[in-house]
Amino acid sequence: MMPPSARAISVAKVFVFAFALIPFALLVRMVLTDQLGPNPIETLNRFTGDWTLRFLLITLAVTPLRQITGWQYLIRIRRMLGLFAFFYVCLHFLSWLWIDKLFDVDEIVKDVIKRPFITVGFTCFVLLIPLAVTSTQGMVRRLGGGRWRALHRLVYAIGIGGVVHFWWLVKSDIREPLIYATILAILLGYRLWAYRRRLPARAVSPA
Amino acid sequence: MLIKQAPDIPSHEITDEKLYRERRRFLQQAAAAGLLLAPGLNAWPQESKKKLGPLKKGPFSTVEKVTSYKDITRYNNFYEFGTDKSDPADNAKNFRTRPWTITVEGEAKRPATYQLEDFIKPYALEERIYRLRCVEAWSMVIPWVGFPLNEIIKRAEPTSRAKYVQFTTLLDPKQMPGQRPGLLGAGLDWPYVEGLRLDEAMHPLAIFAVGLYGEVLPNQNGAPLRLVVPWKYGFKSIKSIVKMTFTESEPPTTWSKANPREYGFYSNVNPAVDHPRWSQAYETRVGEDSFLSRLTRKRKTLSFNGYADQVASLYAGMDLKKFF
Repeated sequence: MMPPSARAISVAKVFVFAFALIPFALLVRMVLTDQLGPNPIETLNRFTGDWTLRFLLITLAVTPLRQITGWQYLIRIRRMLGLFAFFYVCLHFLSWLWIDKLFDVDEIVKDVIKRPFITVGFTCFVLLIPLAVTSTQGMVRRLGGGRWRALHRLVYAIGIGGVVHFWWLVKSDIREPLIYATILAILLGYRLWAYRRRLPARAVSPA
Repeated sequence: MLIKQAPDIPSHEITDEKLYRERRRFLQQAAAAGLLLAPGLNAWPQESKKKLGPLKKGPFSTVEKVTSYKDITRYNNFYEFGTDKSDPADNAKNFRTRPWTITVEGEAKRPATYQLEDFIKPYALEERIYRLRCVEAWSMVIPWVGFPLNEIIKRAEPTSRAKYVQFTTLLDPKQMPGQRPGLLGAGLDWPYVEGLRLDEAMHPLAIFAVGLYGEVLPNQNGAPLRLVVPWKYGFKSIKSIVKMTFTESEPPTTWSKANPREYGFYSNVNPAVDHPRWSQAYETRVGEDSFLSRLTRKRKTLSFNGYADQVASLYAGMDLKKFF
């Protein structure tokens, strides 16, 4: 198959960008039309949290999809997807900080220290910041490919942490977190499998 | 006081079970046939939305703004019908609340099994507008219709050994999809069981509710009969009750069986004792605390959900952090 032209990739990027903004547009509409339901805080937290996890998983799906299909150009939209995960986690964090906690520092510190699900969620948010900051071409160059890749492997831990954060939040019905956990396990499991398959090849290759 | 005794039925008047079942089936089929013939009549579920009355104004009612009927009936935790807040309203639509029997047993001098109508009949229905505080940090104000639980307890005449009373919800996986085995269930042990110390159950604030907003209790709110203990987290107010058992020792309760670290037997509303995973200091009043209002203020949760004057004495000398 012919690789798509630079123009085709630009067009694709615009489409992905627009699609990735749909949840945000829905959220804005829900807020403006007072459609957040009986418990707006819960709706807001859940909505932004759900979309963070979804974008994290979509981002993590790029590499396996690229390797399986051979569509190398998929890599060109990965950064945008990752940044959308960061965008939604910022909304999620803000909704917790402001609407849930009303910037009450005591409460926030207590929550982060005492509640494992918040500890995990907060840690994941903090870990995502350096990934977002170093996502530009300039930063990739400055860090060097090897170090950049090593740093960005943090996203595996963040993915796991995100699912754990959701799992520990639910009272007893684990079906939804289980779906996310399964998808994540497949995406990370694929990497492990692909890595192990490459190992023997590497072992015999000249140093 | 006139205490109505469960009648002794001569054995020749007791319907043979087989015959009873046949009659039931006949009635059900007839009802189903009737439904088919008269689709506009909406004969089933015939009970909900029916006006109850006349109601007397009960004590302890709050004057706070009452939560809308829509929110009270569309935002429910009733895991037997699914774990989403909107599931119970959808899945309990065809829940059959008649015929309904309630068994009173255990350490009581007058154990008996009642038809729902006979169970309720002796008592005047009252309106009680109570706050309801869910363990998930949201709250409502609900105009219940019911009668004091202590009337039922007095009628049962608990023995001197009775220290607690346990309540049990109907177990019927056919009608309650959440009770079916596998992942569909919420991972809870069915049937749902709850309990109160006898002195808590005797407190005049505790009621059995059979309605809200002056009408028969909607299925998703625990029809046909549910407990309401407004100073405890909502999950203590067990729904669709079929059995009351007087016991000598503290009965197991569903949520504390599922997670004893997070849910205790008492589960009194207490802003000073956090749920291990979230603070209980504040709450969101459903339908009232809007997104915008939350940007600038929060609603404080009150000790015993604002009923401390009435019930705090029940727990005098108890360490409420230990007995959460």
